Amino acid sequence: MSTLIFRTTAPYLASLMVLFSLFVLLRGHNEPGGGFIGGLIAASALAIYGIACGVPSVRRAIYFHPMAISGSGLFLAALSGLVSLFVEQPFLTGQWITLNVLGVPLDLSTVLFFDIGVYLVVVGSITSIALGLEEREHA
Amino acid sequence: MEPIFAVTVAVFFATSIYLLLSKHIIRILLGVAIFGNAVNLTIFTAGRLMREVPPIIPVDLDMPAGATANPLPQALILTAIVISFSFFAFLLVLAFRSYQELGTDDTDGMRVAEPEGEELPPLGY
Amino acid sequence: MAAETTEQIDLSAAMILAPATPADWLVVAPVAIPILTGAVLMMIRHQTRLHGALAVTGLTVTFICNVLLLMRVLGEGPQVMTMGRWLPPFGITFAADTLGASLALVASLAALIGALYATVDIGAVGRRYGFYPFMMLMMAGVGGSFLTGDIFNLYVWFEVFLISSFGLLVLGSEKRQLDGATKYAILNLIGTTLFLATVAMLYGAFGTLNMADIARKADGLRDAAPLTTLAVLFLFAFGMKAAAFPVNFWLPASYHTPRIVTAALFGGILTKVGVYGLLRVLVMLFPPERELLSGVIAWAAAATMVVGIMGALAQTDLRRVLGFVVISSVGIMLAGLALGTPGGLAGTIFYAFHSMIVLTALYLLAGVVNGLGGGYSLRTLSGIYTSHPAMTVFALLMMLAAAGLPPASGLWPKIMLVRASIESGLPWLAFAILATGLLTTLALGRVFILTLWRPQVDGTARVTVSPATGYLALLILSIPVLFMGLYPQPVISVAESAADGILDASTYIGTVFPEGGGQ
Repeated sequence: MSTLIFRTTAPYLASLMVLFSLFVLLRGHNEPGGGFIGGLIAASALAIYGIACGVPSVRRAIYFHPMAISGSGLFLAALSGLVSLFVEQPFLTGQWITLNVLGVPLDLSTVLFFDIGVYLVVVGSITSIALGLEEREHA
Repeated sequence: MEPIFAVTVAVFFATSIYLLLSKHIIRILLGVAIFGNAVNLTIFTAGRLMREVPPIIPVDLDMPAGATANPLPQALILTAIVISFSFFAFLLVLAFRSYQELGTDDTDGMRVAEPEGEELPPLGY
Repeated sequence: MAAETTEQIDLSAAMILAPATPADWLVVAPVAIPILTGAVLMMIRHQTRLHGALAVTGLTVTFICNVLLLMRVLGEGPQVMTMGRWLPPFGITFAADTLGASLALVASLAALIGALYATVDIGAVGRRYGFYPFMMLMMAGVGGSFLTGDIFNLYVWFEVFLISSFGLLVLGSEKRQLDGATKYAILNLIGTTLFLATVAMLYGAFGTLNMADIARKADGLRDAAPLTTLAVLFLFAFGMKAAAFPVNFWLPASYHTPRIVTAALFGGILTKVGVYGLLRVLVMLFPPERELLSGVIAWAAAATMVVGIMGALAQTDLRRVLGFVVISSVGIMLAGLALGTPGGLAGTIFYAFHSMIVLTALYLLAGVVNGLGGGYSLRTLSGIYTSHPAMTVFALLMMLAAAGLPPASGLWPKIMLVRASIESGLPWLAFAILATGLLTTLALGRVFILTLWRPQVDGTARVTVSPATGYLALLILSIPVLFMGLYPQPVISVAESAADGILDASTYIGTVFPEGGGQ
């Protein structure tokens, strides 16, 4: 799969897809979208990058091991459920705060962090499987 | 609508069971994939089909104004799809690995864990 | 935006407004702690030295939480927490009654000992492969299955522990493991998908997934909905997970292939989750349907225990002997389910406690024997009594326990089950239980004589692996085995209270729906 056109465009395509995945992740706050679908888009971006430029360059690019990314996502998701322990509400109850950033109200919630956690879990685990398969293909 | 969905579900189940009865792992995997989709359609049909408005409460109300479609089956199906997707990905890797290692995808030939003609335990000493 | 609107709307119609004290959090602790530990273990993948200590700490905390939870459940009745404080049945409920809390407690004890043994048995490669994270996530799944009060959530937890168990099963990627894992994965996936299909039909009939809600609506729907069909499908789906005859073939194909700690956890814990599912669904949700199916269950139980132990008699590999012993123990638990009387169910629940501990111990024992005698084949294992006499004590105790002989724990649940079957007018079931006990004595007695008493067979290699951790693990597991054997009264009363809790679900329903609300 190392045609010149594909190898030249893949990095741009992958970075665009990662950007779009972040957009989908944050959009899931109020509209269709969210962590799972965003994570899948990001994972497919990394898979495309891996097909074009080889698995080692993907591993360098994401720096952390995919399973470690997955683990941090799981940790973040579980922690965001634990926040409600401190306000005497049951597990996974959403907590909201509104920050004022330069005059623009910004709603932050544990739900958002849960979603980011899901995003990281999906990116990590799917990338891990995809890279494992691609590695085997080349070996 | 329900009869059409019921028939589709039945066809899906029949196809998947036919494939699952095969000896070859790859066909069994296809069967597993169709089996999962058959179940997802079952959930969807079991949640009652409706061509109503989406279940979104208008801004000025506390409750939906009239009958809305049932959102729960969609949440259940989404969960089930996520799970069956990850299972299927794992099974593909597993089947690929065992094909590489064992050199066959025929379940009759996969006898490494339970070899044929094993000797019996000693009867005394 | 949510922050501005909360003031004007009366939330009591949709949400639980009572504050959740930290003690209420005990219900989710047995799930949340393993998940958090597992996540941390995934992040510190390369610091393999820390893995063992962290996992053992996490499981110890889980175990303590389970002890506190069970004490609270015994003292105050079932404990409930509904996620996101939505009123049940709309929120996903976690509900711990005596059955769930006690099984979760015993499972976490078995897992803790397994993790302790794994600190020496699983090397750096296995750890980097993810043994401990998979194990923690599996225990989260098992704990979730025991404690959830929502049937779809039960399916999700089944899948959580199943996918972690796949990871554990292929750890090492030997040919035998890949072969066993393929069969295990496909057949278990079909079983759980069938479970999901049944849940879909149940949702179609009931319009709810909360188990307390299902239990109180079942009587009103008995004429309108095909509840017997649902019960049969549940029996089949959970029976497959529990490895009941005739859907048990995945178990002997795979349980002897993984690392011995993995096999110990699988054999000790996972099949009991299937039995738990059967108890919860058939006894609590569909009692008349269970009554109708009791003949079928009784035959399946008798066939499972006899076929299982006959298989054990024919095996040469010690791990495969144990795989069949697992199957026959499932058959004995199904006997109480078939009877459905308070005595029978209490016997089943007591037997589940006993079998979780004893089967874990037997697999770990096999691991220690492998370390001392260099293999699992009954043809070459020999002479361990002369080199390591202490092993004989543990082996004798665990084998007596598995066979149901005094002074170990297997005796009392078997007495309860035999008495319950005779009282219910099924003497042949009692005979099957007793015959299985005799055959288990034969199968394990032969293992004992060949591996321990037989003088060293010439030409067998002698590996000297220090059995210290194995001894420690077996010693800890011997305590509950002896306790349950010599002083069974507290355990029997817990088992009886668990059986009463599922036979009469009104307390459980009353806890989930305090004012009978949410109709």
